[in-house]
Amino acid sequence: MLAKRIIPCLDIKDGQTVKGTNFINLRHAGDPVELAMRYCTEGADELVFLDITATVDKRKTLSELVRKIATHINIPFTVGGGINSVEDVSVLMENGADKISVNTSAVKNPQLVSDLAKNFGSQCVVVAIDIKLFDGVWKVVTHGGRTATELNATEWAKEVSRLGAGEILLTSMENDGTKNGFAIDITRAISETLPIPVIASGGAGSMEHFRDVFQKGAADAALAASIFHFREIEIGTLKNYLNNNQIPVRL
Amino acid sequence: MGKGDGVVIIKYNAGNIRSVLFALERIGVRATVTDDPEALQAADKIIFPGVGEASTAMNYLKERKLDLLIRNARQPLLGICLGMQLLCAHSEENDTQCLGIFDVPVKKFISTELKIPQMGWNTIHTKESALFRNVPQDTWCYFVHSYYATLNPETIATTSYATDFSSALHKDNFYGVQFHPEKSADAGAQILKNFLDL
Repeated sequence: MLAKRIIPCLDIKDGQTVKGTNFINLRHAGDPVELAMRYCTEGADELVFLDITATVDKRKTLSELVRKIATHINIPFTVGGGINSVEDVSVLMENGADKISVNTSAVKNPQLVSDLAKNFGSQCVVVAIDIKLFDGVWKVVTHGGRTATELNATEWAKEVSRLGAGEILLTSMENDGTKNGFAIDITRAISETLPIPVIASGGAGSMEHFRDVFQKGAADAALAASIFHFREIEIGTLKNYLNNNQIPVRL
Repeated sequence: MGKGDGVVIIKYNAGNIRSVLFALERIGVRATVTDDPEALQAADKIIFPGVGEASTAMNYLKERKLDLLIRNARQPLLGICLGMQLLCAHSEENDTQCLGIFDVPVKKFISTELKIPQMGWNTIHTKESALFRNVPQDTWCYFVHSYYATLNPETIATTSYATDFSSALHKDNFYGVQFHPEKSADAGAQILKNFLDL
């Protein structure tokens, strides 16, 4: 049986892992290569690296970091942040990334999603969608949550799936960093609408939250950062808990 | 010749091979990536990776006569993912005639309940094979695919997703795995090591 995936996320700033609350108030959380290796050993199913300060002159630093990580870890890993073109992705793939994630650049230029799918295959294209509630409606926000758009979350998810996205990484900014649980309803709505996997993100604070996002939210994978970085929840303990709750996980 | 000399990865336009190279490096093997017929013929072991679309990949192989080279290989050859599917008889993906080493059709997953492609970790139920030495039964491996090889006597591992399918095949010197050993944690590394030890 296909396992539900547990995915630690490493937010990278200037080559270091950081974590904030609601996308701000960043604090350092350690060396990304060391963290990546620790997560591999502890049983993470995949890793996601988001370069949250990606700028043109930082790209070289990122590709070197990607290469360092790729030589060390033996599970799939996704790299995102500041990807605007097929060329950007070529560099990351050439350095060992398995998948890439696009967010703001896909909203600005949806054609990018199909170009990437055509060049690298859908399996490699994760579209990250950050969402926020506006008058009871989930809408897409961009630029790390700083810019509101008129895009309806579910409609945009359908659109990127049609364009060739292989997975959706859905982050609720209402929940991110709060440790009050994932945004269950919108995760389920999107996951049940789409033919592609949905990775739920934002709000994980307890093992029950993971259980709920799989059982009630129909998520295919769940992503979290600080609770893993600071060992508030151990991945092995979490997976045993999920297994005891009849959720298929890789043990 | 030290261990690992003469491991070649077939270079063709199918996906990213960097992670295969890194996985081999982690078990102490530096492989060469080449489409040079002489280098391929002289290799001790051949790895045939692949991510992408079947007909495009087959056309590319034929244009460069790599199809004949693969068919005539005498050394152990391991097809990974699309590489394994191309070693089969025929693929439903754009009605593609494949290399025909394994006498197995490749079909598209059909399911109203499951997402397609299968993406993520699933278990492999293995038969006795040198490829699975020191690999625990029903271990987890990482899969990404929309098409699958059916079951037949050449099946050496079975996985279930929508239906039971061949997650590994073996015939003579030819091996194929549907999953990505290079991304399947310690079990995957052991499988690659077993292949190189053949």
